[in-house]
This record gives sequence, C-alpha cells and structure tokens, in this order.
Amino acid sequence: MNNFSYIQADKAKEATAAKRDDKSAAFIAGGTTLLDLMKSNVENHDQLIDVNLLPFRGIEMTKDGLRIGALERMSDVGAHPLVAQQFPAVAESLLLAASAQLRNMASIGGNVLQRTRCGYFRDTAFPCNKREPGTGCPALEGDNRNLAILGTSETCIATSYPGDLSVALIALDAVLTLENAKGKQRQVPITKFYLLPGTTPQRETVLEADELIVAVTIPQTEAARKSKYLKVRDRASYAYALVSAAVGLEVQGGTIRAARVALGGVGAQPWRCSEAEKMLVGKPATEATFRAAAELALRGAKPREHNAYKIEMAKNTLVRALSEVAV
Amino acid sequence: METNQKENAPTNVVGKPLDRVDGPAKVTGAARYSAEINVPGTVHGVLKTSTIAKGRITSIDTSRAAKEPGILNIFTHENLPKPAKTPKQIEKWRAAQSYLPMQDNQIQYAGQPVALVVATTLEAATQAAALIKVTYQVETPIDSYLDPKAELFDPQKIQSGKKDAHVVRGNPQQAYDGAALKHEATYVHAINHHSPMESAATLAVWEGADKLTVYEASQNVTMHQGNLAELLGMPREQIRVVTKYIGGGFGCKGSFWPHTILTVLAARAVNRPVKLALTRQQMFTGVGHREDQEQTLKLGATADGKLVSIVHTKKATTSPWDNYTESNGKIMDMLYACENYSTVYELARANVMTSVWMRAPGEGPGSFALESSMDDLANQLNIDPLEIRLRNYADHDHSNGKPWSSKSLKQCYTRGAELFGWDKRNPKPGQTRRGRMLVGHGMASATYPVHSSQGTARVRLFADGHAVVEAGATDLGTGTYTVMTQVSADALGLPPEKIRFELGDTRLPTAPGSGGSVAAGTVASSIMAAAQDVWDKMVKMAVADKKSPLYKAKPTDVKVELGRMFLIKDPKKGETLVAALGRSGQPDIEGSGTGRYGAGYEEKNFGQNGADPNNDNKEKKTGGHSMHSFGAHFCEVEVDPDLGTIRVTRWVGVHGAGTVLNLKTATSQMTGGAIYGIGAALMEDTFRDPNFARYTNADLAGYHVPVNADIPNMQVEFVPETDPYINLLGVKGIGELGMVGVTAAVANAVFNATGRRLRSLPMTPDKVLEAMRLPA
Ligand SMILES: Cc1cc2nc3c(=O)[nH]c(=O)nc-3n(C[C@H](O)[C@H](O)[C@H](O)COP(=O)(O)OP(=O)(O)OC[C@H]3O[C@@H](n4cnc5c(N)ncnc54)[C@H](O)[C@@H]3O)c2cc1C
Ligand code: SF4
Repeated sequence: MNNFSYIQADKAKEATAAKRDDKSAAFIAGGTTLLDLMKSNVENHDQLIDVNLLPFRGIEMTKDGLRIGALERMSDVGAHPLVAQQFPAVAESLLLAASAQLRNMASIGGNVLQRTRCGYFRDTAFPCNKREPGTGCPALEGDNRNLAILGTSETCIATSYPGDLSVALIALDAVLTLENAKGKQRQVPITKFYLLPGTTPQRETVLEADELIVAVTIPQTEAARKSKYLKVRDRASYAYALVSAAVGLEVQGGTIRAARVALGGVGAQPWRCSEAEKMLVGKPATEATFRAAAELALRGAKPREHNAYKIEMAKNTLVRALSEVAV
Repeated sequence: METNQKENAPTNVVGKPLDRVDGPAKVTGAARYSAEINVPGTVHGVLKTSTIAKGRITSIDTSRAAKEPGILNIFTHENLPKPAKTPKQIEKWRAAQSYLPMQDNQIQYAGQPVALVVATTLEAATQAAALIKVTYQVETPIDSYLDPKAELFDPQKIQSGKKDAHVVRGNPQQAYDGAALKHEATYVHAINHHSPMESAATLAVWEGADKLTVYEASQNVTMHQGNLAELLGMPREQIRVVTKYIGGGFGCKGSFWPHTILTVLAARAVNRPVKLALTRQQMFTGVGHREDQEQTLKLGATADGKLVSIVHTKKATTSPWDNYTESNGKIMDMLYACENYSTVYELARANVMTSVWMRAPGEGPGSFALESSMDDLANQLNIDPLEIRLRNYADHDHSNGKPWSSKSLKQCYTRGAELFGWDKRNPKPGQTRRGRMLVGHGMASATYPVHSSQGTARVRLFADGHAVVEAGATDLGTGTYTVMTQVSADALGLPPEKIRFELGDTRLPTAPGSGGSVAAGTVASSIMAAAQDVWDKMVKMAVADKKSPLYKAKPTDVKVELGRMFLIKDPKKGETLVAALGRSGQPDIEGSGTGRYGAGYEEKNFGQNGADPNNDNKEKKTGGHSMHSFGAHFCEVEVDPDLGTIRVTRWVGVHGAGTVLNLKTATSQMTGGAIYGIGAALMEDTFRDPNFARYTNADLAGYHVPVNADIPNMQVEFVPETDPYINLLGVKGIGELGMVGVTAAVANAVFNATGRRLRSLPMTPDKVLEAMRLPA
C-alpha cells in the first residue's frame, strides 16, 4: 500500500470535482473492496475521497420502483421489510453475501463496483490483462475454476463482477442514477452498465471518472415480488458464488406470464438470460420447461480446464431456482 | 525424582471441566501475543518476497524505497550480515527446511524473501518494500510431482532422515496377487496450509553484542533457541526465546523458518529491536504447508474380508533441498492385523518451499486412503463398515509384535455407534433422501502414536498456600495453562486459583514443545515429578518435626495424596504440605523433576518388557508396549445431487486417550480436530499455478476453512481408559487424534449417500457433480 491523502466530501460536487482533478484518486465508501486492493498494490491511489457523508441514503418506494441510496449498507438494505417482501431476490443476494461484519460496512454503490476475485488479478506478481493491459492472461491455462464461461474473450475470462447483488439487480431491470462533476445526473439501466472484456478487460463499466453512483431503482413487478436468489458455493457461508441464479416468475393458472432470469459466477459480467426468459413466457411452469430454459441460457458456454462443471451446475441451479419460485 | 507408581494419581480437579485460566486475559486483551509485545525503541521489519519461483536476481533497486522517511536499512543478499553458519552446515539442524534465503542471488521458490526493510513504522516499511524493484533472470520452474518436467526419486529416508522410505514386512506383493479379494485405489490430497489465526511473528531484541531475547510465535521455544544458537554461533544460554501466547499453529510454528533468523540478523545490524510479522499472504510461503500428494493403496483380503496384504505407495512434491514428506503408512499397523505390508515413498523436487508437519502429519492423509478402502471392502462384502474393522482388529502391534499399552478402540466403536444410532443406517448407498438431499452415514477409525518425550519442571510451594509452577512448554491456545494448573493443584492439594503456572520461556525448565501431541502427557508428568520432589522433602521435614503428627515415622511409611502427607497404615494420622511448611518457618520450598512420556517412561519404570519395575537400564530404547491412542468418528452428510454441495449434518467422535486432564478443553480439542478434518475433506485447497509455481489463492478469502455455518452439532466423548505404562498420570496426547480419520468418515458418508466414491480431496461441488454424472 502506498501513502495517500484523504478528504471527506460534504457535497457531491466536492467529491466529483476532486476526482475529476486527480486521475489517481478514488472514492471510498465502506472500503471493503478498495482497501484490500490497495493493500495488495493492485490499485494505487494517491488520494481517497470519502463519500460517506453524502446524502445518498434512503430506501423508499417511488413511482419508478424501489429507490435505494448508494450509500446504504448491505446489511440494512437486506433486512429492510420493503426489500424482503417486494424484492426477495435482492434481499437474499445481500444477506447471502460476504460476512456480517463486511455487510455492515459495505455500501450498495461499492458492491456494484467490486472487482474480480481472479487470483492472478489480485497478486501483482502475475501478469494480468485486466490489471496491466497487454501482459497476458495466465488464467487461460491456469487456475480458472472460479472464472467465467460466458461472455469471455481470449484476453480475459474473469467473472469481472464476482458478487451477488448485481445479479439480482440485472434480473430485475434495476436502473442506476449517476452524477458527474458538472452536477448532471443520468440514468443507466444496469443491463447496460457493465462492459464485456473484449480486448479491453480493464474497462469494466460505463461509469465516467468523475461520476458517482447516487442510487439504484428497481421497478416493482409481480416477477420481482416472486423472485429468488440461489447461491452455490464451496462452503455454507462467507464464500463467493461458484454459480448463482436470480429468477422471478409471474405464473397464472400454471402458465408463465413473465420471467426474469440472470446468472452469477458464469458470465464475464452478471449474466441476463433474455432468450431463456422469452422462451419461458406462455409455457407451463413445469420442470421440463425450466430445463429447456436452462439449456438455452447456457448455450454457447466456453469452458476451460477447471470450470466446465459450471455448465451443469448453472443449469441445475436455474432449474432449482425456477422450480422454487413457481410453487 | 521419579516413583514407580502403577496406578494413576488420585484427582480432585484433574479431569474437571475447569474454565480456561487464561480466558479472562484473552478476552480482555491483557494477553500479549508475540507481535503485540512492546519493547522500547522497537522498529518494524517487512519482508519483500520473490515474485518468481525459479531463477536469479540480476539487480535490486532500492533507491526509491530508501527515500521514504523513517527507513533505517534495506537488507538484501548483498548487504545482510551472514549468520555464523547456514542450516546446511549445522549437524543438529532441528527444522524441516534447511534452506536459508538471502544468502545469494538464487531464487528457488515463489514467495522466498529477497529483501527486508527496517523502518521506524510498519507503514513506512510496508511502503518501502513495495517500492523496491527487483529484476530477475527467470527460469522455468517445476510446480509439483505432476509436472512433466518433474522426476520422481527414491528418497531412502524421509522426514529429515528420521524415517525409512521403504518399510516391508512379509511378502506383500505375492500375498496381494494370491488374495481372494482385491482392492486398489488412488487417493489425492490437495495442498493444505495451516492458516492459524495468529500469523508467524518475531521480535528480536539484542541486549548487547552477545545477548539476545526473541519473542517468537513458537510452538517450541527450545527448538528456536537451539537453532538460533547454532546459526549465530552463540552459546544457548545467551539466547532467550519467549512465547507466552499462541493463536494456533497446527505445526507450522513448530519448525524454524527464515523470517526468524533474518529478523534477528537485521536487528543486530540496525542495533534496535526489530519486530516482523508475516502478512497473511506471506503465511502461504513462509511457514510450510501439507504437501500435494497421492497414495495408491492395494488391499488383499480373504473371501470373508480378512486382510492378507497392504501395499501402500505415496508420491509427493518436495523442495529442492529436503526430503520431507509425511509418513502416511505408519497408521496401518495400529488399526489392522495384516502379516504382509509395505509402504514406499517417492518424491519429486519442485520449486516450492519445504513442506512440514501439519496436524496429524501422515495419519491424516494416510487414514483417508486406508479408511476409504476399508469402507469399499465392506461394501464389496456386503457387511457393515464396523464389522470389517472388527474382523481385522489388531490385538497387538504387527509392526513389532508388541502388546498395546492400552487400546479402547472397540469401546469407541461401540459407544460411537450407540450415540450415533448407527444401527439405523441404511447400508444401501444412494437410498436415503431428505427432501432433495441425499443422506449418508459414514464412519472411520482414528489413531495417533504416543511419541517418546521427556521434560523438566519446577514447583515452588509457598508457606502461605500458593505455588508457582514452571515449565518451558507452550500453549497453542488449547489449554496447556489450564490443565497444568489442574495437575499442580492436585499434586499440592491447593485450589487452582492458588497456582500460577508459567510457560513459554527458555529460562524455565526445559520442556517439549507443542507438537506430536506430547505436551500434555510430558509436562503433566514433569510437574508430578517435581511435586514429588517437594513431597519427599516435606516428608523428611515432617518426620523430624516434633510438632508433626508424622514425627518419627519412617518416610517410606508415609504417602502423599492431594497435598496431604499421611501414614499408609493409619491415614488419619497426617497433615497437609502447607501446614507443615508453615510451621517450619521456611517461606517456601522448591522441587524439580523430570517427566517421561511414552517408551522412555516405561523403560525406566517397568523395564523393557514391562515386567521388572526396578529395571533402570538406560541402554534400552523402547518399552515393552506399543503406545497409541484410538478413536472413532461417525458422521452424517447431506449431498445435493444437483448442485454438488456436501453439508455435514451430524458428528459423533468417541476417543480413548487415557486420563482426560480437563473434560472441557479436551472436548474442544477433539471437536476442533474434527472441524480441521472437515476443512480438509470439503474445502481446503491451495492452488499452485502450473506455469508459475505460485499460489493463486493465498489468502483467507481464496483459501477456505470451515465457518460456523459448515459445522453441525458435534458430539464428542471419551471412553474411560487407564494406562499405567505411558507416564505418571496415564495421559495420552489428543492434539492430533481428533483429526485422524475425519476425511475418510466424510467420504464414506458421501459414498453411502450417493453411491459415488470420491478419492480426491477436497470434495468440492465440482468433483461431486462429476462423480454424479458417472453411474453409481
Ligand atoms: C472477504 C470478502 C468476501 C466477500 N464476499 C462477497 C460475496 O459473497 N458476495 C458479494 O456480493 N460481495 C462480497 N464481497 C464484496 C463486498 O460486498 C464489497 O467489498 C462491498 O460491497 C463493497 O462496498 P464498499 O462500500 O466497501 O466499497 P468500497 O471498497 O468503498 O468501494 C469499492 C469501489 O467502488 C467505488 N465506489 C464506492 N462507492 C461509490 C459510489 N457511490 N459511486 C462511485 N464509486 C463508488 C470505490 O471508489 C471503489 O472503487 C466480499 C468482500 C470481501 C472482502
Ligand atoms: S482472467 Fe482476466 S483478471 Fe484473470 S488473469 Fe486473465 S486477464 Fe487477469
């Protein structure tokens, strides 16, 4: 970790302007991602801009859906009755993540921006295209057990976002509110927020250098109300997903009227399965239907030596999750 | 002094579930771990380690680092003062790894120290270490025994020359070929890391040119002192090693590693106390590991399942210099009667540091192979897993023909089965469901040897009725402070709160470290012997004291129990040690003694054949008995056949380990041992990249150990067991026993649940799914 200076911003503008003026600065919220990366010298920032005093708070229902301030903590959002009742997949994705201590520190904005757990990325002794573009990707022939099988490139096969929340947010069509140094706000659907690695795995989101995440808004739908987050991992708690699924179904008289399907742990970014969703609508809510949807969702998967298991695991996870929300 | 006591001593507090005496100090933060000790003027050391696994350093640029404020010195192989001797030059080097980095520009493993920064603050040293630029000439490393470039060789001796790499008895291959029933399987064990909560740490304080105190996270202060004395060319007495508290070690702090001597050398050069703690990442390449290994086990049996042959081979990775590997084969004779037996080790050199003993070294992975294969054999024969074990029960040690000093394995089987409800187990694999989950029940045996050991202790009883008891042992956090307080209390007839037990300092009487499960039995016996010295002195005093009820009695007619001296013939006639001492006007009385554990004890007290109590023949190296502790594990798992996850849902462990010194700490130890094994069974796995020979998950987010949610209610019991041959108190060590057999018990339960046999640890969901794809 290098030496850095630290400021606490009272106003959004103060924070965004400071970031615009210092290319090497970073915002800090809970610090649970940022400090780990700085301690291992994966990220080096000469200035930290503390955003915790900004008024990006609140969990409330608006006409566009549930609005969650970017600085709300994972634990508070996960336990909030509105979230638990109207958006169970979101609540579950938060409460199944990390540990209680981390959830108490970690913010929603920071969660969306957490970075890959690829072991090569997190150890500067290794080459890594994401950390140091052009140096190569040792994961292709190495430890790729936890890495992606969909949306990857020959440059990078990481699950760039390894967490849980965004998988649920992607399934439920959440929208991010961003604000830049000019004080201008824009709305970005989270389905358009993350970038695939292509030849530039270092570019992970469409967030501009001077932009802050202000809030996340999740539209209220029947499928969101009947949603679920299922996470498969190496131990019963406190582990990243090997595979996860966020699903929501609206079923009437045994027929699927609306479907939301996303996968975690398999995509280079949280993976929305639009084709599977389209296929599900109008079909009977049976295991056979879910199985067919799962096949579709994993079509085109490109496994490597140690992560081929994810294809079957992801299919089974999807089928299990869909079956459980269908009842 | 020693007595020929054949019964175990009467107890009052020994065995009771006394709360930890060090508990309050730990929860209030008053307990200082090695890295928390503050000595005035202390400065901080930080290691920079090699990014590559093989090659040489061509240049080290410290110019930017040196400009950081507060930097006192930056040591590299170019300017670090040399030790008097390197480990290679030391005949009695007591450690697994014989290689000392930073002596030249060679790089032999990833994570090898290449520089040591000393600065006034930890932050400055950390920052400077990051700014050092090391340039390497890189060579292609060998990553493991599986590397196509690796060459397997016959090490002849393993474990630093202590054990033979070939053990053959009878005619195993021929017996196997002719066997009615044959079973052959290969078992793979992942690299495991000890990962104690407290990382390794050294605080080196030079008090003049020839006097050194080292506060070290050490499981064995005598070992650290001895190795430092050799490395520095100093008399032992000039070096003091102190370890008051340890936050777990599991073996990794019981060997000597480079950071300790590097810190000591740096401290001498900067003329300040230097404190250095390994980072969590450095713990993965700083203090050894359990090696990656595979075992092939061939079992030959008669048609009714009696073993006629065990043919065991092991392949494993070792370092470029040392032939360390766990001896997995040694447990086979403890559990089963079989006339024909062989075990052979083959190693391959790779660019890794030397691996080292890790809780139940050899017994852990060895029992995975043996107890899984026995389960298969039971299944082939369609008999209960307990039945196959009883049919092959070893009623003596077949490796040397000796009787057991005690063995309660059958009682453990019976009691464990009863507690678990083993009779309700469905013997047919893959048949029991709970919702979507497949439910399975499995069991396995545990055993661990009583390693011969000895140590000394000092007891000082004060006339006001308190005592200070001292032995240079260590407490891993498992209860040494507590159980030794209990032993002392009974020996002197005082309540535990009147005892102060001191450990963890080479100034105290020499005692064994915490390793090989010898500490409890040895140190308890040493204290007993020292107390008996006090008894003798007090009895002499009493029989000469007119005011004593024992006045004029013959000392041999007097017995001491629970701190009271009395006439054997008339027990009412007597008085307490403290009463007699109080009358004497003497403020205190001191005793010292040597305690022996294992074969050494038996030889001295029973003769080689356990017959002649007066035999004191020091020539004889082994006692008349084979000495081991035994146990049995029973577990239930739920396997999700679609998602591949395994959860342990029930656990019963029953053990026979002689006298239990403290039911609470002993139960915790056995529970912890089982949890440690569940970690190895289900999740612990360090991945070494095949191209870089460097770990890719070297932290506790990437290297999984069990969390609370992974652990069900654990039931642990001890069966009563008396063993007069092993030491004064009949104590058997329990540090490692609880872990032996655990991985197999889980694998056997998974087999019972799914009909699939998993032979590669850990049994992660990907491996389960792969197995589920194959027909049962
Ligand atoms: C051991 C461990 C296990 C974990 N396990 C899981 C898990 O199972 N599932 C899971 O989902 N997550 C997991 N996490 C990740 C955790 O959820 C994230 O670290 C956390 O959500 C990040 O939030 P934070 O507020 O601490 O972010 P910070 O560390 O403060 O920031 C993270 C990044 O976001 C930027 N940032 C923060 N807030 C804003 C904002 N408002 N606008 C713009 N940029 C911003 C920062 O500059 C930084 O780049 C784990 C983390 C750890 C350390
Ligand atoms: S997968 Fe991506 S993050 Fe991992 S090493 Fe390759 S480039 Fe780096």
